[in-house]
Amino acid sequence: MEKTLDLKFNYTEKKDTRSGFGDGFLEAGHRNPNVVGLCADLIGSLKMGAFQKEFPERFFQVGIAEANMMGIAAGMTINGKIPFTGTFANFSTGRVYDQIRQSIAYSGKNVKICASHAGLTLGEDGATHQILEDVGMMKMLPHMTVINPCDYNQTKAATIAIADYEGPVYLRFGRPSWPIFTDPAQKFEIGKAWKMIEGTDVTIFATGHLVWEAVVAEAILRSEGISAEVINIHTIKPLDEEAILDSVAKTGCAVTAEEHQYNGGLGDSVAQTLARNNPAPVEYVGVNDSFGESGTPTQLLDKYGLDAANIVAAAKKVLARK
Amino acid sequence: MEKQTIEQLESTASQVRRDILRMVHAVQSGHPGASLGCTEFFVALYFNQLNHDPNFKMEGKGEDLFFLSNGHISPVWYSVLSRSGYFAPEEMDTFRKLNSRLQGHPATEEGLPGIRIASGSLGQGMSVAIGAAQAKKIDGDDSTVYVLMGDGEQEEGQVWEAAMYAAHWKVDNLIATIDLNRQQIDGPTKEIMDLIDLRAKYESFGWEVIDTLQGNDMKSVVEGLEKAKSLSRKGKPVVNLLHTEMGFGVDFMVGTHKWHGIAPSDEQLANALGQLPETIGDF
Repeated sequence: MEKTLDLKFNYTEKKDTRSGFGDGFLEAGHRNPNVVGLCADLIGSLKMGAFQKEFPERFFQVGIAEANMMGIAAGMTINGKIPFTGTFANFSTGRVYDQIRQSIAYSGKNVKICASHAGLTLGEDGATHQILEDVGMMKMLPHMTVINPCDYNQTKAATIAIADYEGPVYLRFGRPSWPIFTDPAQKFEIGKAWKMIEGTDVTIFATGHLVWEAVVAEAILRSEGISAEVINIHTIKPLDEEAILDSVAKTGCAVTAEEHQYNGGLGDSVAQTLARNNPAPVEYVGVNDSFGESGTPTQLLDKYGLDAANIVAAAKKVLARK
Repeated sequence: MEKQTIEQLESTASQVRRDILRMVHAVQSGHPGASLGCTEFFVALYFNQLNHDPNFKMEGKGEDLFFLSNGHISPVWYSVLSRSGYFAPEEMDTFRKLNSRLQGHPATEEGLPGIRIASGSLGQGMSVAIGAAQAKKIDGDDSTVYVLMGDGEQEEGQVWEAAMYAAHWKVDNLIATIDLNRQQIDGPTKEIMDLIDLRAKYESFGWEVIDTLQGNDMKSVVEGLEKAKSLSRKGKPVVNLLHTEMGFGVDFMVGTHKWHGIAPSDEQLANALGQLPETIGDF
């Protein structure tokens, strides 16, 4: 479908966002000798191997012990180290929520919690590993910054940027091979939304892999005479409320798109901002209170209503509510 | 900071016990039992063992670091920090009250000097101490990192993740102490969850284990800490099994879990203070 569309962004290559993390992590290690790595038996999956090879004295295999990993990372920050922890998003959040809450967030520790295989697009491993609640858990924690970049280039840029930021960060990325459609030289500004496509009828706020689906949806809507604005919310917390309010002041309605539960996700953050400042209709594209299942990423996005076609449908629905 | 003699330490300990009881009494909340039981340990550590600077810096470069994992015994830590010069003794009067830096459980959020991590939810402190110890190794900082845990706390799974890791990574600049008072909230550890043989458990995890059999005798506590130090930096983490009595120093509080988390009445406080000479001056 997307091949015949007049897309505002294009790609020639696909790559996994976790590789963007791995390459950004290596780069951050070169730039700052205080950057250290910890991994809970998933070095290959997290693409942390290049860093480990380059800086063996700054890398710690923790084994399958995520709670311990979070505590060690917190302890390492005390004399100025910048620890990056690596495991799947599921084991980076729910499994270790209390460790993150007490030893990292409440203690204000400069730990970078790097979480791969987030969302449905993990695919065949199924619901035990497809966490769809992690953004909600992390954004509720005071002091925590929550970032969900959209492609390889943005993930790499975000990884480098968080090393320079002082404070706890949850960085969420994924496993599937995904279009690379953003600039490799982009400057990543934490907390600053990126207006990718200008429009006037409806705003699509998207995060993570679904930013690509939003780009496709915009082209479909445009071919049908609907002008959609696409805003890439790579930082869910702190939320760029000004960008949201400015856009909706113009368009008057919004669609949110994310690989996450309705409850606690980007949609809730956007809706809360609008409810408090400029009540406007919002439609959510996300998972509506269910677990995932095994399947290919494409099949799952279709079945659970998260792909471009669903964003188009949500845009039409919200337009009718204006 | 000058090292106190055993006699001086004992005198300091009497004041620390008064501080604990007066703090807990004033707000009618807090945990006096294990605070009193660990008084010799804290006093020996801060006034005789640690190389530390009361002019607090979070990084603690070149200093020995201490982490309290069983954060509920905050009264004894606050007293010892204050009496060593981290903050004015009068601030103990704010313990557990609104707008205080002396939170019910230790925290960094309000910026109390001497505290480097929040604790209270059990099982996390040893992991933190390991991280701090490894960071010191990366920097070539030859200082020692100490952590205190409770014996009931050994029931938390994370403790054993940390124990396995510390031996594997040869974190030998780490000295853990376990307050072996054999009590937890619901009763004796033997009945609630039998620890059976902590020495054998830690030895099998690859640790150097020592016992301080008289954890409420100042000389024994100092000797135990010195022995632990002498065994450190030899490729293994060290654990000090500190045998204490909960409530030690007050005749009606000793040897029972009853005083784990309750405060003395006015009458009980007067009785307790009568058993503990005021040596430095009450706050």
